[in-house]
Order: sequence, then C-alpha cells, then structure tokens
Amino acid sequence: MAYTEEELKKELETKEYEYGFYTDIESDTLPVGLNEDIIIAISKKKEEPEWMTLWRLEAFKYWKEMEEPEWANVHYKKPDFQSISYYSAPNKKPKYNSLDEVDPELLETFKKLGISVDEQKKLAGVAVDIVMDSVSVATTFKKTLAEKGIIFCSISEAIKEHPELVKKYIGSVVPKRDNFYAALNSAVFSDGSFCYIPKGVKCPMELSTYFRINQAGTGQFERTLVIADEGSYVSYLEGCTAPSRDENQLHAAVVELIALDDAEIKYSTVQNWFPGDKEGKGGVYNFVTKRGLCEKNAKISWTQVETGSAVTWKYPSCILKGDNSIGEFYSIAVTNNFQQADTGTKMIHLGKNTRSTIISKGISAGKSQNSYRGLVQVNSRAENARNFSQCDSLLMGNECGAHTFPYIEAKNKTAQIEHEATTSKIGEDQIFYCNQRGIDTEKAIALIVNGFSKEVLNKLPMEFAVEAQKLLEISLEGSVG
Amino acid sequence: MLKITDLHAGIEDKEILKGINLEVNAGEVHAIMGPNGSGKSTLSAVIAGKEEFEVTKGSVELNGEDLDEVSPEERAHKGVFLSFQYPVEIPGVSVTNFIKTAINESRKARGLEEMPANKMLKLIREKSELLDIDRRFLSRSLNEGFSGGEKKRNEIFQMAMLEPKLAILDETDSGLDIDALRIVANGVNKLKSKDNAVIVITHYQRLLEYIVPDFVHVLHNGKIVKSGGKELALELEEKGYDWLKNEAVV
Ligand SMILES: Nc1ncnc2c1ncn2[C@@H]1O[C@H](COP(=O)(O)OP(=O)(O)OP(=O)(O)O)[C@@H](O)[C@H]1O
Ligand SMILES: [Mg+2]
Repeated sequence: MAYTEEELKKELETKEYEYGFYTDIESDTLPVGLNEDIIIAISKKKEEPEWMTLWRLEAFKYWKEMEEPEWANVHYKKPDFQSISYYSAPNKKPKYNSLDEVDPELLETFKKLGISVDEQKKLAGVAVDIVMDSVSVATTFKKTLAEKGIIFCSISEAIKEHPELVKKYIGSVVPKRDNFYAALNSAVFSDGSFCYIPKGVKCPMELSTYFRINQAGTGQFERTLVIADEGSYVSYLEGCTAPSRDENQLHAAVVELIALDDAEIKYSTVQNWFPGDKEGKGGVYNFVTKRGLCEKNAKISWTQVETGSAVTWKYPSCILKGDNSIGEFYSIAVTNNFQQADTGTKMIHLGKNTRSTIISKGISAGKSQNSYRGLVQVNSRAENARNFSQCDSLLMGNECGAHTFPYIEAKNKTAQIEHEATTSKIGEDQIFYCNQRGIDTEKAIALIVNGFSKEVLNKLPMEFAVEAQKLLEISLEGSVG
Repeated sequence: MLKITDLHAGIEDKEILKGINLEVNAGEVHAIMGPNGSGKSTLSAVIAGKEEFEVTKGSVELNGEDLDEVSPEERAHKGVFLSFQYPVEIPGVSVTNFIKTAINESRKARGLEEMPANKMLKLIREKSELLDIDRRFLSRSLNEGFSGGEKKRNEIFQMAMLEPKLAILDETDSGLDIDALRIVANGVNKLKSKDNAVIVITHYQRLLEYIVPDFVHVLHNGKIVKSGGKELALELEEKGYDWLKNEAVV
C-alpha cells in the first residue's frame, strides 16, 4: 500500500490544498488566442502529418459554428477562449532515456505530488506515462508492454508511429462536432495517451497516466484513445492534480474507448484538481467528453472518484452497439465549499441483450451543488436490454444541494429499467455514536463517507482505492463545524 | 469512579435532569429504573458527553476529574462506554471495521501503536464466542437491517472489545429474547471485575436476576427519588412507580 495510517493522518492535518505550488520550468508557449494559424502552428510543432492538420482545421470550423452549452446545472464565468494559450511544452525537451536526464526541478515537482516516477516504478505493476503540461515527459515499462505487442505511448507519438490505428479510430466514438468542448479539443489537443491492446492479449499491468496542469494560463486539452482489440483486456488508470492558481483554468479533455468483440476495458479515474478556495476563488473548469464503444460481447467499465475542480461537467458514456455487450458506470462525486459538479453517464443500448449498471454516489458539503444526470436510452432493436441505476446522495450540513436527473428513453418494450435513488444526511446521532466509541468527528465523517462510497471504491484497483479513500478524506475535511 | 453532584441538564429551555446525585465506585453494579421519560437516557447521554444537552448546574466527575470540558471521544478514551438504547446505523461500515477503528483510535489517544491484525482477529474471535455471535454477522454493515436483539448484542460485543472502565447499559435487555438475555448478561458478568463498574438501565427485574445490582435507584422526573438494594427492584415490579411518585412530592 502506498500510504500508511500515519501519513494519512499528517495529510489530514493540512487544511489547505497541499498541491498548491508552481514549478518554474521554462516553457515554450504559443501566443494567446485561437485561429487557423495557431492550429497549424500546434500541428507543426508536434511534427504532425498533413491529414492530422486538416482534421484539426475541420474541427475548428465546426467549433466556430457551435455555442457553449447552457443546460448543465452549473453556473460559472465563461472562459474567454481568445485569452488562452493553446500550447505549452516544457522547454528542455529531448526525449529522456532515463530518469537521470530529466530536469531535476521536474522530478522535484513529481516528488511533491507524491507521484515521483521513481516511486511509481516501485509500485508493482504500474507503468506510467506522465503528461506534464502538454508533452509526455517520461514513459516507463514500455519494454514489458512491447513484448506483448501492447502500444502505450503519447498520442503525438502514435500519430507519427501508428497513423493507421489513429486515423481509423480517432473521432470514431466522439466525433469532431459532437459537442462544443469536443470540437475545441479536436482542433487544439496538445497531447494525451494512446493505448492499443492486440487481439487476445490481457494487459499484465494497470496502465496509468497522471495528468496535471502547470503553466499559468494554459488550458489543457488532452486526447486519450484506448483500443482493445478482440478478446483483449486492459485496466487503465487516470489520476490528476493541479497547482492552485488564482485565475480559472480550463480543461477540456476527450477520452475515446473502443472495445472490439469480446474485449474488456476498465477505465478508472481519480480526479483531484484544485477546486477553488473556501471563498470559491480559483479552481479548475473541467469539461470532459468520455465515451466508449462496445462491440459484440464487449464490456466497458467507467469508475471515477471526483473530488476536484471548481466546475465539473462530465458524463462518461457507453454505446452498447454489439449484442450482449455490457456498460458500467461507478462514480463518487464529492463537492465541498463552492464547487459545482454536474456529472453522470449515458448508456445507449443498441444491441440485443445489452446490459448496463449505474451506481452513482454524490457527497455534498459546504455550499456546493452536486448533480447527477443520467440517460438510459434503449433503441428499438435492442431486445431484452436491461439497466439498473442507483443514485445515492449524502448531504453534510444544510447549505449544500444534491440533485438527480434520470432520463429514460425506451423504444423497445422488452427493456427492463430499474432506478433507485436515496438521499441521506450525516446525522448528529451517527457522529455522537462514533464519538462515544472514541472516534473523533473528522474520523467519524471519513468512516461514514467511506461506508457510503464502498460499492464504488471496491471497483477501483487496489493501489488506487487507497489513494481515492485518502482524497475523499482530504476533500471533506473541515466541512463539519 | 463516577461522581455526579447536583446535576441539572436540559435542552434549549427544557430542564430534563433536575439535580441528580450519584456515586459509583469500582467493582459496583448500579441499576437505574424509572418510568418512561423520566430522564434515564438523558442521564447516560450527559455522562457520555453528548453536546446537545446543556449542563446548567452541578458536575460529573470521573476518577476525580471534572468532565465538563472533556469531549465525548476523550471520555470514551478514558473508559466510558454507553450501550445505546437505540443503536445507530452506519451503512457500508462493517462491524469489524468499526470496532477496529474504535480500538485503534483509543489506543492512539493513549499513545499506543495500532493493534496488530492477528491480535485484533484473535480478540474478535474470543469476544464473539463469548457472546455467541456468528462470525458472518461481523462483516455486515453496522446495525443496518439488524433486528432489535441483534443491535443490542452488537452493543455488548463492542463493550467486550473495548473493555471499558465504566459501562452504561441503556435498556440493553429490551428486544432480547430469553436466551439472548442470558447470553448477554453472562457476557457482562464475565467482563465485570473489581476495577470496573456497570450502570444498568432497565424496566425489568428479570435482567437484574442475572446481573445482580449492588444498588437500585429510581429516577423520576429528573431526580433520583429512591435508592436501595436489589430488593427495591422486586418491590417496584410488584407495586409500580405510583407510590414513589407520591413520595417524591413529599
Ligand atoms: N433531544 C430532545 N429534545 C427534546 N426533548 C428531549 C430530548 N431528549 C429527551 N427529551 C425529553 O426528555 C425527557 C427524558 O427523556 P429520556 O429519553 O431521558 O427518558 P427515559 O427515562 O430514557 O425514557 P424511556 O424509559 O422511555 O427510555 C422526555 O420527556 C423526553 O421527551
Ligand atoms: Mg431511555
């Protein structure tokens, strides 16, 4: 396990967001603003082939015609897209062969984050592809993976080295014009991860990527593409944290998963971006499009623990195209202080005998607003589709809110759809009961919250579950007065 | 061990305890009886430090220390245990995980290391056998969906695990079937020693046949109106409380 009880306790004593630091690494940053020249410049800097440049430009054309969505149950000051710099890469840029070559300041940053590559290397079975600002800086465990034919690299590298795969699948699940943020991402994405698991291969380790935002004023536009070929399996972990900053930082990622026949993808996220301070200042805006496509007998599970961001807008979804395919969504969303989260999922049942499960746990504290929005859609040809949804909300105090918006569209009479929802409050009696047994209030809340979240925490890979548990505790500390 | 002097306590403007005097020494068993609403549970909550109740006058001392400024968890660390009349449910937290946390928090407060897992398991096995508790029961969510009797037995299991100095059992007998009552009472008796004390709150003489009290007190309208030996419980069983209510007025 990565954390001892003692370390955990120490962390709990820090009341402020502890990852609020800024590393001074020289960056190579494009001028602010967005136009065709900037997009061409991004593409050029990344030494991309022409088809990619054209793809970006087409996305930009769509984006210009689109409006920012208004329907989410969140309120925020709209980002000014012309005042963002769309590309920033650490300056000392040669590809490192070993850690010794990496900028020591950067390594120091990783250390502060508790995710030093060194430490990660030791964490058994985890290969790390760290995205520092926009360019991948270090990649490990590549060899072991290569032996199995697994490709795990940055998306930029994949565009150059595996154009046939990228060309075939990028935008196939989240089309360029899917939504405002997806279009923006398609035009300007700077980096991200690419993963391909060949036919019949079970990926022997958890693949993981840590994202962070470093350069002041640069939005981050990650692009992730995971392809699990027939009969393969992969578990992919994504975690992130960002330095605290006064101005709002925009993040608009796109994640596409493709599970071909009989394949399975587990995609787990622990998200811990700076949520803004107690007055609601600062914090990351997180607008993400995550979607997976299941072919025949395939399975995709999204598991996420969301504790960060000032504003979160995120709906990992599954398109259950193939017969007998399975989609799962397990989520814990914590909001505190002035955070706003509008999250949920979409399960689109197209194939016969498709099944989906949604377990959503919302925890709200402070003056925060936490909304679940879920769509279960059963197409007319989806015979015997089944869905089970459970949405539980836990409230701490009287000033926060929890909202549940389940949408069901069933066009096939054989569909079986079940929806359960509960709302509970951490009661004084529960706290006193714990106190009476010698457990102080802070610890009691952690215990109650962990109990509430258990069904979802259990779905996370072991090393992530510990980290997630720790995050839950940190993000709720001081929330009961 | 416990010394309560002229204790007045209440909630908002309502005074519930109206001048309680009670002294409990190590090695003793005290029974508190009294009609519904007389303040028995309030008294136990005040001893345990529930902040909802305001102490307006008088004091509660534990081993000579005034508890006024002592938080509920610190009181627990000092060995105060309350078996709740209405145990609270904590979904998703197993009995085992809960008791493990409770034990380790108390140890931490005393500057001790966490209890090693094998020792913890051994202790759990021992105490669950003592109280005839099915091991599967211990992996269930705390009190969630437990029957009334199961909740009470679980309270005593926690008591057995924590080995308190002062245990207050608030109507632990109500809800227990005859066999369970015997098992629980035997458990309590086995845990009793000359170093600890027990306060048993009950409506029924039956429990006191198993856990034999040294003293019986009758609480009425926030005051102890009569104290006596174990025979007082028999008398109450026979006559009810009415004769005492009159006595209180006098
Ligand atoms: N939180 C509260 N708010 C208002 N009144 C309260 C509160 N708690 C207790 N009381 C009142 O104080 C009085 C004593 O209650 P308490 O629960 O101590 O009685 P009891 O002797 O334990 O009764 P029982 O035998 O029914 O368990 C009752 O009139 C009760 O309504
Ligand atoms: Mg009572």
